[in-house]
Amino acid sequence: MNLLQVDQLHKRFGGLHAVSDVSFAVRQGQIKAVIGPNGAGKTTLFNLISGALPVTSGRVIFKGKAIQGKKPYQIASRGIARTYQNIKMFSGMTALENVMVGRHTRSRAGFMASMFNLPGTPAEERAIRAQAMDLLQLLDIADVADIPATSLAFGQQRAVELARALAMEPELLLLDEPAAGLNIYETAEVGRLISKIRDLGITVLLVEHDMSLVMDISDEIVVLSFGQKIAEDLPAAIQQNPDVIKIYLGEE
Amino acid sequence: MKRLLSIAPLLVAIIAIQLLCAATGTLYYLTQMTMSAYYALLIIGLCVLMGYAGQISLGHGGFFAIGGYISAALTTHNLEPLQENVLVAALNSLGLLHAGVDLYGGTFLVVTPWVACIVAILAAVLISYLIGVPVLKLKGHYLAMATLGFGIIIYRVVLASEYFGEADGISGVPGFTLVPGLTVSGDFSGRIQNYYIAWGLLIIGLILLLNLIDSRVGRALRAIHGSSEAADAMGVNTARFKIQTFVLSAVFAAIAGVFLTHYNGGIGPSEASVMKSVRYVALVAVGGMAHLWGALTMGVLLNFLSLRGVFGSYDDAVFGLILILIMLFAPNGILSLRWRPGLAKQVDEKGDG
Repeated sequence: MNLLQVDQLHKRFGGLHAVSDVSFAVRQGQIKAVIGPNGAGKTTLFNLISGALPVTSGRVIFKGKAIQGKKPYQIASRGIARTYQNIKMFSGMTALENVMVGRHTRSRAGFMASMFNLPGTPAEERAIRAQAMDLLQLLDIADVADIPATSLAFGQQRAVELARALAMEPELLLLDEPAAGLNIYETAEVGRLISKIRDLGITVLLVEHDMSLVMDISDEIVVLSFGQKIAEDLPAAIQQNPDVIKIYLGEE
Repeated sequence: MKRLLSIAPLLVAIIAIQLLCAATGTLYYLTQMTMSAYYALLIIGLCVLMGYAGQISLGHGGFFAIGGYISAALTTHNLEPLQENVLVAALNSLGLLHAGVDLYGGTFLVVTPWVACIVAILAAVLISYLIGVPVLKLKGHYLAMATLGFGIIIYRVVLASEYFGEADGISGVPGFTLVPGLTVSGDFSGRIQNYYIAWGLLIIGLILLLNLIDSRVGRALRAIHGSSEAADAMGVNTARFKIQTFVLSAVFAAIAGVFLTHYNGGIGPSEASVMKSVRYVALVAVGGMAHLWGALTMGVLLNFLSLRGVFGSYDDAVFGLILILIMLFAPNGILSLRWRPGLAKQVDEKGDG
């Protein structure tokens, strides 16, 4: 079953066609990767799916319903979580608090309930804290729970961002270059982590530059170049694809 | 329970100040302490809007005035000539109006303070919502200017409208009996009682806001402040949270206006002036933006000094200067300034880390 379907998606910035009639599908339980040279439109594609940018034309279908044109918070509450290439921590909040924000769509206390501490609110708050702590443990960063997130090491911030996204209990997780800025050991760790996330039943769509990581963990790969899809196949086939080799290595 | 423990020192200080004033025969200080507490109520509400939701408002003097003026107008304007009016008659039969006899033996019919208070709060909710929806789409300077514009409109409206007493404002506002035996008024006999009413209200406001910032909503607000884009991607409806916070802070301002007006027995257009709004922003900044306790402490302290006339005719200039100095030297508030050990030691600590 297709969890996500991108249909003739198009994004134009003035005269630039950043994403040009791209179509592909992500099956439930899959790890799918989007690769391509810099400027191929990968991050734009993510921003279109998550609602951060309005689409020019085309459709994004999630769980059988069109979601293009919806606001990011609406798309998030339907079950799509994302991380950013340039980590976006909530400054002024600890690692744990960052992850607790991730429980937002799964909890409900509003202004009145919070101010007057209405029945159910303290229990919900305890549950949010416990769930966030569990996720920090899952990612091996429980020891930095109370440290301001922006003062953590880069790799730890990536882990917090991931925990925060997982806290949403998403059905689809969009990872924008999860290994950017990490060394090879950390990258391998991220790879294991992504497989672990899939085992939790979460479908993953990732953009990544690190080829070894992509080839290792992906079930299928979409290749973009100048906004257009030039290939979609299994990792082994992508490695042999002459068009893909051409855009990565250049022509002879 | 934990919350009560955290405010225990404040409770002790409030009682100690009252006892000290009583013991030294300086009960007149309580008058300014009472007024300062009401201003501080507005300031902690504004603190949540500015420090936690990250939205500036240069129009909160306007919401204070909405609260004060509406309750003043409703509780002083004689409805007796309109007795035949269907609406007035209906209100009267519901017991929402109060009939009495003034000093000169004339009879009058006015809205009771409780009803006036509720109407004032509802007006603040409605107006802040209508203003907030379009205005909170703006950011930074633009939001500051738009709220400033709102403040100026309110100022000119109360100054120009006969109903609100034009340049004279409204006087002769009656006391506000909260429950039998507990009346907000400027009577000397009720000075101690009013001191505790004002501080009681401020503490209730403080507890509510402390609860709020420690909750799911508070986290969402801080997340918006931290990264609006990421908060949105976490499912936080940023527009709605900003508006709700704006309305909440407007309600705090309006309640402060209602109570202070009954306490002072009147209100004048200076309460709606832009300088007041600037002062409130300055006080939140001095307190440390995202720091309710700082806002409360500084709000009370500086208002108290101002009301005691310590700053003389330079009153507004002092608050302007405070704003400049804070922005330059202590953007995280005056309480964030710590005695700094030698620079060498700091470098050492960094090196170890």
